[in-house]
Amino acid sequence: MTGNPALRRLGLLTPALATIALLIGLPLILLIWISLLQKGGSSGVDWNAAPSLGNYIRLAWEEDFDGTMILNTSYLVILLRSVLQAALTTGLSLLFGLPVALWMAGLSRGQRDLMLLLITIPFWTNLLVRNYAWLIILREDGWLAQAVGSVSPIGPIPLLYNDLAVAIGLTYSFLPFMILPLYTVFEKFDWRLLEAAHDLGASRSRALRRVLIPIAMPGIAAGSLLVFIPCLGAFVTPALLGGGKTLMLGNIIQMQFGASRNWPFGAALAVVLLALMLIVMVAMAIWRNRRVR
Amino acid sequence: MTDSSAVSIRSVSKGFGRGTAAVRVLENVSVEIGQREFFTLLGPSGCGKTTLLRLIAGFETADQGSISIDGQDVTQAPPFRRPVNTVFQNYALFPHMTVEQNVGFALVEQQMPADRIRARVGEALEMVRMQSFARRRPAELSGGQQQRVALARALAPRPRVLLLDEPLSALDLKLRKEMQIELKLLQAEAGITFLFVTHDQEEALTLSDRVAVMQGGRILQMGPPRDIYEAPTHRFVADFIGDINLIEAEALPDNAVRLPGGTQMSLPHKARGRITLAIRPERARILAPEAGQLQAQVIHTAYLGTALVHKLALADGGTFLLRQSDLDGPQPAIGSQVGLGLPAEALRVLAQ
Repeated sequence: MTGNPALRRLGLLTPALATIALLIGLPLILLIWISLLQKGGSSGVDWNAAPSLGNYIRLAWEEDFDGTMILNTSYLVILLRSVLQAALTTGLSLLFGLPVALWMAGLSRGQRDLMLLLITIPFWTNLLVRNYAWLIILREDGWLAQAVGSVSPIGPIPLLYNDLAVAIGLTYSFLPFMILPLYTVFEKFDWRLLEAAHDLGASRSRALRRVLIPIAMPGIAAGSLLVFIPCLGAFVTPALLGGGKTLMLGNIIQMQFGASRNWPFGAALAVVLLALMLIVMVAMAIWRNRRVR
Repeated sequence: MTDSSAVSIRSVSKGFGRGTAAVRVLENVSVEIGQREFFTLLGPSGCGKTTLLRLIAGFETADQGSISIDGQDVTQAPPFRRPVNTVFQNYALFPHMTVEQNVGFALVEQQMPADRIRARVGEALEMVRMQSFARRRPAELSGGQQQRVALARALAPRPRVLLLDEPLSALDLKLRKEMQIELKLLQAEAGITFLFVTHDQEEALTLSDRVAVMQGGRILQMGPPRDIYEAPTHRFVADFIGDINLIEAEALPDNAVRLPGGTQMSLPHKARGRITLAIRPERARILAPEAGQLQAQVIHTAYLGTALVHKLALADGGTFLLRQSDLDGPQPAIGSQVGLGLPAEALRVLAQ
């Protein structure tokens, strides 16, 4: 190649840039482009349609038979439910993940490695299989439902096909994403800082609140992001454990690309989901920058 | 409560582990530390000094015995209910807080109003001359500065007793010397009891009102630095603190001893049979051959600026160190035979 260092650098960067442009940039542009088109014949997209924002307007308004636009909240409700479901899952993951990560950090080297292995093992299993496993546990004749029914004063409680079942399934699937970043923070944590806090008059809970949690905050933020964002777009778990009754954004998108054959509307929904994730990430970044200052 | 001890430790024992793996770290330790005293626990690593400090701070609980601070029994009290604060070996400053917030940590826990916290933090930082660093974070400070912040943080809540766990060990020699002086001045200014833990005998002697020398979970000897240095009662204490010559001798009746080589001298003692005598290098005198209590040959002489240190070979094969501070006096040639004068008042009879 030439001796020009700027040109040389560009040459070395080309494979990376080409990969990003081809595999991330191009599909993204395609997605946005399709979201501006209309539903077509057998292919799902009418490539000759004039671009418009019609699909985005459809998210919140629909045309009445006399031509006036009236508010249609059904998609907004699903959007809100997706956000709440993802938030609930994130909360549950934090609730279960925090003690596990804390406990793991206190183990010996060998025990830690074993725990890390055990936590990653579920990843080796297909997501669908794991969700079917929960289906068997939670259904009416499953052992958990039976056990809950035998101790519950109001008789059997339906565990399957509701928001709780979806939350359980999502939490189970994404818990490792919460545990691992928390564990990396706690592993580096200097436990003598807690002694110092006790020494300066802080009780156990005060020391956790003023020292451990603030120092663990980057891990909590990273873990929450890693759980919240994929949860927003999840569709396997809500479809299986929610029984199709409690739809999330991911299910609607899947339906538009599948059964409804309405790619442009599906694409518009996907762009909205993407924008939502972007907002969460930017908000998180701004908040973290403020903290560091 | 001014007449009670600042810290009172009575028959405290502590062990770690269970069954065959159990280790006794402290064996029946008792200490009374006075108000405004600078008290030092001195000993090699693993002697139990840090464990004793942690028992007083409340990080460990005693298996037996009791601990009281200012006359109040705190044996079972958690660390956050004890009127003591600790300066940790690694400082343990909170990395996510500024210097100011670190120093004010305990005051916030006491729910002090914000303006009083600000005033008290300012005072504490002024005491350690760190006012201009109030807004910095610990990571932006040097080791010596972190040390000062740790001191200010522990002093800000005005504890009855300040516990210092080898606080100077991470500093380089020059800074350590400076901080030693500052610690001493700080103690006078704050007017509180300092309990200092170190393995550095020189530091212990320089700083302390009283020193307790520990080994194997026991206090071997306790007293003012001068007593510890000049009148060690145990072979371990004598050996651990400064240079010392140990002479195996035989106790004779009527307060007499027989030295190697057969010389007899009178020396008050209550021992029988074989005993160990100790003498500091600066307390022995070089005399003419055949004079004095021991005969030796000069092997080596080192010039230390303020003194000469002679290494001598004794007739029975042992070596003897002798420190000559009179640099202008007669100096024995290497290889020459000399006599050693051992004044009876400088010789100590040691317990094993």
